[in-house]
Amino acid sequence: MTTALGELPYITVIALLAIGLYIILVKKNLIKIAMGIVIMEAGANLFLITLAFNSGDRLSAPVFTSQIMGGTPATYSLPTPHALTLTSIVIGLATTALLLSFIMQAYKKHKVTSTDEFRRLRG
Amino acid sequence: MTFYNHLIEQAPAMVVAIPLLFAFATPLLFKFSAKFGKFWALLGVFATTVLMYVLAWDVLSEGGDVVNTYIFGAENTQLPLPGDNVVRISFAVDGMSAFMGLIMVTVSLAAIIYSISFVKKYTGNAKFFALMLLVLAANIGMVFTGDLFNLFVWFEVSSIALCGLTVFRSERGEAFEGAAKYLIYSTIAGLILLFSVGLLYGQYGHLNIKFLSEAIGGNAELLMVDKVALGLMMTVFALKAGAVPMHMATPDAYSEAPAPVTAIFVTASQAGLYAMFRMVFTLYGSNIHLTIDLLHAAGWIVIILGVVSMFVGVTMALVQKDIKRLMAYHAISQTGYMLLGVGVGMAVYATGGFDEFGRTAMTGGIFHIFNHAMYKGLLFLTAGAIIYKAGTRDLNKMGGLGRDMKLTALFFIIGALAISGIPPMNGFASKFLIYESVFKFNPIIGAIAMLVSLLTLASFVKVFYSAFMGPRMKEMARGEVPAPMLMGMAVLAGIILVFSMAPSLVVRSLVDPAVNALTGDGGTTSTSLTLFTGHGAWNAVVFMGAMISATIIAVMIRSFFGKKGMTPREEGKKPYLFGNPTEIDGRPIVVPGSNLYWGFTKALDRYYKPVEKFHSGIINEYVFWFVSTLVLVLLVMLAWVR
Amino acid sequence: MKPMSSVVRTITKLLLGPIFLFGAYIILHGHLTPGGGFQGGAIIATVMTLVLIAFGTRVWKKNILSFIESTGLLAFVGLGFLGLGSGFFLFNFLAGSDSLFFGKVIEPVTGEFAGWPANSAPLLSGGTVPLLNLFVGMEVVAALTLIIITMGLFAFDGKEGE
Repeated sequence: MTTALGELPYITVIALLAIGLYIILVKKNLIKIAMGIVIMEAGANLFLITLAFNSGDRLSAPVFTSQIMGGTPATYSLPTPHALTLTSIVIGLATTALLLSFIMQAYKKHKVTSTDEFRRLRG
Repeated sequence: MTFYNHLIEQAPAMVVAIPLLFAFATPLLFKFSAKFGKFWALLGVFATTVLMYVLAWDVLSEGGDVVNTYIFGAENTQLPLPGDNVVRISFAVDGMSAFMGLIMVTVSLAAIIYSISFVKKYTGNAKFFALMLLVLAANIGMVFTGDLFNLFVWFEVSSIALCGLTVFRSERGEAFEGAAKYLIYSTIAGLILLFSVGLLYGQYGHLNIKFLSEAIGGNAELLMVDKVALGLMMTVFALKAGAVPMHMATPDAYSEAPAPVTAIFVTASQAGLYAMFRMVFTLYGSNIHLTIDLLHAAGWIVIILGVVSMFVGVTMALVQKDIKRLMAYHAISQTGYMLLGVGVGMAVYATGGFDEFGRTAMTGGIFHIFNHAMYKGLLFLTAGAIIYKAGTRDLNKMGGLGRDMKLTALFFIIGALAISGIPPMNGFASKFLIYESVFKFNPIIGAIAMLVSLLTLASFVKVFYSAFMGPRMKEMARGEVPAPMLMGMAVLAGIILVFSMAPSLVVRSLVDPAVNALTGDGGTTSTSLTLFTGHGAWNAVVFMGAMISATIIAVMIRSFFGKKGMTPREEGKKPYLFGNPTEIDGRPIVVPGSNLYWGFTKALDRYYKPVEKFHSGIINEYVFWFVSTLVLVLLVMLAWVR
Repeated sequence: MKPMSSVVRTITKLLLGPIFLFGAYIILHGHLTPGGGFQGGAIIATVMTLVLIAFGTRVWKKNILSFIESTGLLAFVGLGFLGLGSGFFLFNFLAGSDSLFFGKVIEPVTGEFAGWPANSAPLLSGGTVPLLNLFVGMEVVAALTLIIITMGLFAFDGKEGE
């Protein structure tokens, strides 16, 4: 489980996830909760990207043709986790936009910014 | 190659691609004509339904454990190996997937037919129909997918589209609140899912469920990564399914979404259940000697989640005033039954005595998934019809709808009898299998399951009483709901009635292949019209015969021996309320629905006070419950499993 | 939102072309170098946002944007259906040839066209992938701009757009 930066990326991943979760659990402002989710997303994405460098034998990327043309095989990080990360970034974008617009609309309707007031539905 | 073979070969992708194609074209067509747009959306769902039925027929008649693989963008059905330098997205359709797919398309068809007139008075119809089709595609994708990352993608697409649909009635601020809570919940869950997929990918370098399952089974001993990943994924899918204590956003979103969307919500939560079972049985079940303890622990976790969900769901439903919120809590409670049935199956599967009653429990749990989707969908649609006419969701403010809405009342009775597990409805058939086997597994849990059924009936009596009985309320609209709404309800009610009459046929042709696909067991439950559990038997036709003859005898006794010409005298006409004669001052006497079980809830005050505080409405606390469940599950996985 | 000062508008006009070109490059070259539909679409969406900020929120018509969005998605799925002709859904039926543009076949080993300069072949070797990138790019540009218009109108005007 070694990367170019040692264990640092994994520590960062855990730190990002923990910070995001802390914000969601403790902060009362709705926008801050959205920020917490985005930070957690960053953690999960960083985790996937880090995996690209440590999945055992490094394969050459499908588009990389120097091997076929007789050149020296070059080392690539795995392309699959990059594709996964990209997909999850796109999904994260959609979620964040949707969540922020819900929060905006809730503010417009009831003038709420805090989770303590954001509880018309309960029980 | 014949056309049929070609169709079957392409069908797995088509049932996802066709709704997507129709979904993206819907907004364009709505620009020309709203009528044509609606017809287009209906056509899309109908085409998907037909294709799905053909595919399911093919897969289920093969016995269910044959996996139809579909590789996107490939020339043949050969799954590329990781060394091939090719990464492909694949679908894997076996009995369980086809079974779930049938549920998705059936409920969607009913919901789309229902929506045609239901959404007429609102704006934004184009987006509504496009998103409905998108949710259908996402749900089918979630149950068909052959790799873990796609599971995450479909999970998120389904959640996002459903949240968009929840705020369809954008004049209600509460809709945004419910949708935001559901979205926060499902996004955090999705991130945890992504993290666990990353864990497995980092360890084994595969995303494909088949390869991953072989890799996990090929280990000499169970790794910590395996345990952690299973714990994370199980909790995430339990959240999607709406299991207590991670259910709090579920009633919020269910009650605020328009009725057809709520019916789809139910199927989406069942896709979560499916994913959980798929992970446990398929991903970790390839080498049972290795994962025996893990599956045992997982089974017990699922059983505990199920029992808590059943009980908390039904007791919370009993005190609700909002008709849809009440039904949403019932959805949670019924999810508990499925978790319980399959959880017992898991726990017993791991100990090796599977053929005794574990299979019965699992058959019951999976049969209940289908039944639940049908009757819960029907009930949510009737709730939508009630709200459509009454103009209110408060049970205390409605009444007398049965005078005008006779068909809706009939559909409601069918759904309510089925959900309460009253024979001879299909809900009874599946609950019967669960009771019988769970009682043998653990008598206390069996007794709780029966108690929950009683309470379910009680709260639906309350709904029926408040909505359909009593005097008409002045401000309510008269008449029956429009024909498309009735048709949507009739589709589901018809399926419920058919399933009620021939439960063993359904079990044999639909549920057995699904169970075999998960467990690789290869057995069948019964070959006759009677459903056998090892202890008891259930035959709806015989039951109906006995009931009809008993009714005839009762009527004969009454007509031969009963006193003729009885008329109530003055004393008989006097209204009584709770056993005491009441003064009439010209007004009709109505007991508000929420007071119906006042004594019961008052007696249980010491239970209700903390539980109501538990549903505080504060999203931070909700996430805290999710995180603590996650930690508990992980502790069980790490500390108890060798 | 009102248009901003003429300094901002002039700078926006200057930047508009280069950023758009860069985004288009990222989209169209996405099958060979890092990039693709989403990334390039996001870059072009920044231009759209810049124009919105500089010239006011009524510059882009929501109707046209949602039309582009739907068309992009439809074309993507449609291209997937075309793959059914010779394989499975999303099958790359143009791969290995440049029949899309010139009707010539690429040498399978060297990956080059006969009679073409070196390295010209990979540019056209993606088959349907550049097309898929293009459609995704269309969708992303329109969708991101729509999101920003909807949210921006609320944030600045305090009321929902149109």
